[in-house]
Amino acid sequence: MTMPMYVSPEQLMKDRADFARKGIARGRSVIVASYATGIAFVAENPSRTLHKISELYDRIGFAGAGKYNEFENLRVAGIRYADMRGYSYDRSDVTARGLANAYTQTLGAIFTQESKPYEVEIAVAQVGNDQDGDQIYRLTYDGSVTEERGFVVMGGASEPVATALRERWTPALPLAEVLRLAVELLGGEGEERRELAAGDLEVAVLDRRRPRRSFRRVGGPLLDALLDQESATDDVPTRDDSRPGLHDTLTEHDPNGRTADDTTAGSGADPSGDPSTNPQTQREE
Amino acid sequence: MTADHGRGLPPEFLVPRGSSFTEFLRLRAPELLPGNSLGAAAGGPVEAPHGTTIVALTFGGGVLIAGDRRATMGTFIASRDIEKVFAADDYSAVGIAGTAGTAVEIVKLFQVELEHYEKIEGTLLSLEGKANRLGAMIRGNLPNAMRGLSVLPVFAGYDLDQQVGRIFSYDVTGGCYEEQRHHSVGSGSLFARGALKKLWRPDLTEQRALRVAIEALYDAADDDSATGGPDLSRSIWPTCAVVTVDGVHFVDDTDLEALATEVVQARRGNPGGAP
Repeated sequence: MTMPMYVSPEQLMKDRADFARKGIARGRSVIVASYATGIAFVAENPSRTLHKISELYDRIGFAGAGKYNEFENLRVAGIRYADMRGYSYDRSDVTARGLANAYTQTLGAIFTQESKPYEVEIAVAQVGNDQDGDQIYRLTYDGSVTEERGFVVMGGASEPVATALRERWTPALPLAEVLRLAVELLGGEGEERRELAAGDLEVAVLDRRRPRRSFRRVGGPLLDALLDQESATDDVPTRDDSRPGLHDTLTEHDPNGRTADDTTAGSGADPSGDPSTNPQTQREE
Repeated sequence: MTADHGRGLPPEFLVPRGSSFTEFLRLRAPELLPGNSLGAAAGGPVEAPHGTTIVALTFGGGVLIAGDRRATMGTFIASRDIEKVFAADDYSAVGIAGTAGTAVEIVKLFQVELEHYEKIEGTLLSLEGKANRLGAMIRGNLPNAMRGLSVLPVFAGYDLDQQVGRIFSYDVTGGCYEEQRHHSVGSGSLFARGALKKLWRPDLTEQRALRVAIEALYDAADDDSATGGPDLSRSIWPTCAVVTVDGVHFVDDTDLEALATEVVQARRGNPGGAP
């Protein structure tokens, strides 16, 4: 009769953590950073359809690094959690803190109980009415959670990027500068440095000036203009693209560089005036 | 703090499944489905506020849906300013007649259902797809409908593929039918439908279509005690949602006031609105 080999709990947890960390480090980094009028998400991701960044709720966004199927699973679970909470209470009762709590318990349980831990790191960010109200949570494969001030870097070789951001990021930076800084850092440094073009990037924002759903992807000519040092465009417009269809991506920009402060462009709505879950109280008088 | 905290996400949240919020709710929290806990009440008819007349008509640029503001309970006016027309998403609106409480719940679920799909799939549901989802929700309400708590919606949306406004009607079993030109539901619908037949023309302008809708609601209120007419003394006007290629917008109260006052004036000495 063979006896199962004894493995100490310390060794078991260490092996699991090493396994998860290796998986996460193989991918590319994702940066989430607060800026003057919102929160920006930047990921290196050449795919147009398999997203690393997504909307969870009106003011809450999600970013994942590591294994796609695993963070996609967590993303869908987060949307279900948020929609169910908003449906049974009210839209204003869905918070990033609640989501982060649910995620941390789930990841912690998977880490200790499943045969294989999730090889993921995720960020949950909620945009506030001002920059002090922004909340960014970083969750790792073992269920540990930290609330970060200002920015988060996950996946890939995240340490050097985080160090550089700590030196160069300031709260007052406009979106265009945050994006250019993020793209520069995602490209790496030294001999392995790569120049990232707009086509290699997945970029999205949570725009605090918008009422209700504040998550928008950024692409097309607008992203080119934001990444272009010469261009006067330094923020996304608060008006959606004029083409009919799904309004989840902003691509149009005004070549004259007029953006947010232009009174004709903004909806001018009060971001705190979110429509409620109850249809009877949604329409503003 | 609620019970959700500290437990993490139950396994149902992590199971890969369809992108329907209603299906998820049925699995995870069936007590939250519209009208589901009403079954526990003792049998027999239940008295609850009823919403009344909704009209919908197509025009050149899309489709318009309007409803009066009255809810009744027997002969009693339960509400003078209830809303019965809602935006379902960016390109569709829904108007409801029948038991107000259940109807509002269904609309609430329908709105979350459409947004949930949009977030998970990253694309809009087709107009037919939305109409079918609403049908499934009405079918789910059949046990309540048998007890007199029926809900009948009209669904109007702009079809981005075909570039036209389209109207869908329902029966209590969830059957979904496409209506041509115009449609009306609720207790005053017979009278509204007569008015729509006489006033609707192909390729109406938005302004003209709005006038037709107000006239039809006026006629419904004229002959049906459960439908509210324009209330000049309280400044309560019908709810009108216009759905075009630019999305859904609700007509401003100032515009409605002008139009409703005009219609009321025109009916002085000509109560039937004869041309």
